[in-house]
Amino acid sequence: MSEVPRFWRESRHRYRLVGTRCTNCDTLYFPPRVICPTCRRESVGKMKEEEMSGAGEIYSFTVVHDGLEQFKMQIPYVMALVKMKDGPFVTAQIVDCSPEEVKIGTKVTATLRKVRSEGKEGIIQYGYKFTICP
Amino acid sequence: MRDVYILGVGTTKFGELWDLSLRELASEAGLKAIMDAGIYAEDVDALYGANTSGGQFVDQEQIAALIADYSGISDLNIPSIRVEAGSASGGAALMQAYLAVKSGQLNTVVVGGVEKMTDVPSEVATEIIGGSLDAEWETFFGATECSIAAMIARRHEFEGKAKRENYAMFPVISHKHASMNDTSHFKNIIKIEDVINASPVAEPLTVFDNAPISDGASALVISADLKKINNASHPIRIKSSSAANDFLSLHDRRSVDSFRAVKKSSDSALSLAGLDIGKIDALEIHDSYSIAALIQLEEILGKDAVKMTEGNDFYFNSSKPLNVSGGLKAHGNPLGTSGLYQAVEATVQLRGKAGQRQVKDPKNFLIHNMGGLGTTSVSTVIGVD
Repeated sequence: MSEVPRFWRESRHRYRLVGTRCTNCDTLYFPPRVICPTCRRESVGKMKEEEMSGAGEIYSFTVVHDGLEQFKMQIPYVMALVKMKDGPFVTAQIVDCSPEEVKIGTKVTATLRKVRSEGKEGIIQYGYKFTICP
Repeated sequence: MRDVYILGVGTTKFGELWDLSLRELASEAGLKAIMDAGIYAEDVDALYGANTSGGQFVDQEQIAALIADYSGISDLNIPSIRVEAGSASGGAALMQAYLAVKSGQLNTVVVGGVEKMTDVPSEVATEIIGGSLDAEWETFFGATECSIAAMIARRHEFEGKAKRENYAMFPVISHKHASMNDTSHFKNIIKIEDVINASPVAEPLTVFDNAPISDGASALVISADLKKINNASHPIRIKSSSAANDFLSLHDRRSVDSFRAVKKSSDSALSLAGLDIGKIDALEIHDSYSIAALIQLEEILGKDAVKMTEGNDFYFNSSKPLNVSGGLKAHGNPLGTSGLYQAVEATVQLRGKAGQRQVKDPKNFLIHNMGGLGTTSVSTVIGVD
């Protein structure tokens, strides 16, 4: 069982896809970073939070048949590397579709879903998943 | 700087070893290495213990202290330090031990690796293996390590760099070699169709593209003590060891389907050894996933790697013997141990004692051990003078 702050502190990033932009080189990062890997010390104090649009396309994907205990009920499920319109890549599930509908290049959009829970009394953890654009 | 030699090696069998605990595995391998080196515990200046996830597999931390204790050397107060770098822990421990001896501060060191993976159910093991990914931004959302490997494979294929068959053949080679090795987890021979048509784990990868969950321990005694080197029956030299790292997560990499850290560490190790890749007679690489094997070879051997998968170049009796031990895929993959078993195999081969799977008269081995999928890369060159 985890304490609440572990999930609470990431909620804006996981609920609204808030990343950080290095205002030194104008690159957006997601997941958020405190130091830009290109500008390094030049970026200190210049990383600003920024929300992504949620639009992206599938860069690569897999259909998972032997997965984590927490995701057992969803097998087979699709994991993808989504290239966001705003630049960063995001690792996430693709849901509300059959695996056959997923291709490299398929346009997707972020949606807020339940991701995990810790037993009957633990915290329900929410975050982004992606659905195929109509 | 002085030369560092492997004086002794030892390993347990790899596999589902129900009757052996972590401490028993570790002390068996360590004792075998010490006896092979012809030394005694009093001769050992330090113990480096490699282990990836003992805290999760068997609830044990401070593993190097435990190993030393159960190897009966606690009264000697020998410094015992665990090294962790994901599944590159073994290679990283070997590198740290090598540097310590090379520096001149320590003369003779035992470096051992152990992992006890089968004390938890396989779903739990999958979860623990995923600990080498980013827990907050990959595993949290449902990614397993195999799913990351699968996405690398899918993109690599999409880019037209290789076909399914080009990487499906690595498990075939590893199983062939493992069938000739007494300590292997698996000894069955498989065909390329078996790999492609087996049950899927994360498409396109099947169970046969994945290295197994194994228990096992391996150890080496390394030294720069001239007297001990002269007394040892068959010392083999560590010519170099070098590491490099990349972003932890695939989604942050500059390229999704290459392992730039592998190129850095292998180029550096070859350069430090004063050798070019043509002088390497055989390779042991980190075939945790078949696609990972292919991408490592693209980095180490260059563009020819894909073409070489279409012939028989990688068998033990061919031009570029690969994973003659049976690799992680078939000899087994007890995470923190694997990098050290690669060094054990190289030593046995260089001594000419590998029996049926003996490479013909090898002079130099390059071994490559990896943490995650291209995140931590450790290359070591082991050879005869």
